[in-house]
Amino acid sequence: MILVAEGLRKLYGEFCALDGVSLGVGAGEFVSIIGPNGAGKSTLINILTGLTPPSAGTVRFKEREIHGLGPVGLARLGMARSFQLVHIFPDLTVLETLQAAVVARLGRGTRLFASLAGDRDVQREALEVAELFRLSDKRGALARHLPQGDKKLLDVASAFALRPEIILLDEPTSGVSTADKTAVMETLVEASKRIGLQAILQVEHDMDIVFAYSDRIIALHQGKVLADGPPSAIQADRYLIDTVIGRRARTH
Amino acid sequence: MTGPLVVAAAVVAIALAPLVASTYHVLLMLPFMAYAVVLLGLNLLLGYAGLVSFGHALFIGIGAYTGAFLTSHFKIRSLEVILIAAAALGALVAAPVGALCVRYVKIYFGMLTLAFGMVFYTFVLKFYRLTGGDEGTPFLRPSLLGRSLEAMPKTDYLVGPYYYYSLGVVVVATLCMWRIVHSPFGLCLKTIRDNPAKAETLGIGVTRFRFHAFVISAVYAAVGGALLGPPIGNVDPTLAYWTHSGNIVFMTLLGGFTSFFGPVVGAFVFIYLQNWVMSVVPYWRLIFGAILAAIVIFAPGGLLGLVRPGRAAVRAAGRRGAGAPPAESRP
Ligand SMILES: Nc1ncnc2c1ncn2[C@@H]1O[C@H](COP(=O)(O)OP(=O)(O)OP(=O)(O)O)[C@@H](O)[C@H]1O
Ligand SMILES: [Mg+2]
Repeated sequence: MILVAEGLRKLYGEFCALDGVSLGVGAGEFVSIIGPNGAGKSTLINILTGLTPPSAGTVRFKEREIHGLGPVGLARLGMARSFQLVHIFPDLTVLETLQAAVVARLGRGTRLFASLAGDRDVQREALEVAELFRLSDKRGALARHLPQGDKKLLDVASAFALRPEIILLDEPTSGVSTADKTAVMETLVEASKRIGLQAILQVEHDMDIVFAYSDRIIALHQGKVLADGPPSAIQADRYLIDTVIGRRARTH
Repeated sequence: MTGPLVVAAAVVAIALAPLVASTYHVLLMLPFMAYAVVLLGLNLLLGYAGLVSFGHALFIGIGAYTGAFLTSHFKIRSLEVILIAAAALGALVAAPVGALCVRYVKIYFGMLTLAFGMVFYTFVLKFYRLTGGDEGTPFLRPSLLGRSLEAMPKTDYLVGPYYYYSLGVVVVATLCMWRIVHSPFGLCLKTIRDNPAKAETLGIGVTRFRFHAFVISAVYAAVGGALLGPPIGNVDPTLAYWTHSGNIVFMTLLGGFTSFFGPVVGAFVFIYLQNWVMSVVPYWRLIFGAILAAIVIFAPGGLLGLVRPGRAAVRAAGRRGAGAPPAESRP
């Protein structure tokens, strides 16, 4: 297991957003977290990525307790993420955004007088990622001017540019049109192979996508893990489908 | 590729100015060049790291007093030594001040830098025996590149050797800063300005980069501050007063912080406009203030934003709203 969480609790005042969540993600796994709105999925991702401290419980990444590491430390250890609400650098171009990730990964941010344009490694890798995510046509565009779907893609692409071992994606296809969702997922899978990614943990609402791509599914409901198993087991559980996904899934 | 041409033309024009312009106007170029250095540094903080300091007069003061002390008390006249000492002292003072300030952002950062500026101002004002209090300390004429130039009449010295020396410092400072903002370091600063939460998830240590930017900007302010001294001939606490910090922020906004040369243009316009208004109307502060306010209102991207609308204006306007990251991720 690369990433292991035990007994995670998160309290917002009186409100308990996560109530004793334990999970693990192993090498080679594609794990999806599902659950209704407000189930605590984003809270979970934010705790696993060191952005939010848990009220109780522990997270271990590569056998190491992440407490106090924070997002910067985790990124250096090999964890990357994207956000549910797109996080981009509005005034940077697509290419600059990817370059920033590569610069950070190679630890070249302290090169004060070096030329960014003359840094072959950074230029090449950033372009590679842009091509991988089909963003190379738009590489000169400011991130703020991209259509919503591309902003999301750029957020995800910059996470991949870190060449992490694990990546946590909070709804990577939200804001992407239904027709494009599969294309985005295909890109993700291809990119994962290319960079040698070990594991993906994603939050996803689209059940077709979830069932098609996941090795394992974790169902979250009111801050608790309701089920954790392969897609076949989840699909077979009528009660679970009803509570976690509701009406939407039954119409399929 | 008109950019490099314009810059080259500007440097040539500045170099030729003493041959054609009146002594009066040439003398005004000296504070302009000193401020150009200060503002290049200040804009690394404002335009590239997104932090507004209201305390940079502190570092101007450090640089100016370094020169005054060295020339008056230590008999060191070499301007090269003075500039290096100013830079070193600027960095030395900026390290603890910056370490504390960069933990805060926005108005809190601004207020903290302002507070440190006040402390320093009070220090130089009250420690009479060291600083000469409100009378200040003389900044004796520095030697340039090992030549004393003591015998020259003051004006000849200022519009001649000192002028070209300042221009040299501005050119070197500009080239260094150009490299810095186009380096991997500069890119990391911009990510932090645009979205610190996202920058952290990429492994970019926000506080550390802000700290480095702060120290670099302080070094620039100190060097510029040291250059301000010789034309005045005396360094007093007004250089370190908070209104001075405000003025340089204003110059930056005036020219436009979204472009590399914007603040430098701002300094030029500020100095010459102030001088012109002072010479034609009695209530010059009123008129000057109104003109500056009008420029900010009608050219929110600064003066360079007018010349190059597109990007600068959009960015200046956008910074207020869309630039902020969504609140979701903040713990
Ligand atoms: N910072 C916060 N302060 C207070 N309550 C919060 C905070 N963040 C989240 N919550 C609450 O915790 C619960 C879980 O939120 P979370 O964002 O994790 O849900 P989610 O499963 O990601 O939902 P969605 O599908 O809408 O993204 C929600 O009820 C939310 O209102
Ligand atoms: Mg969510």
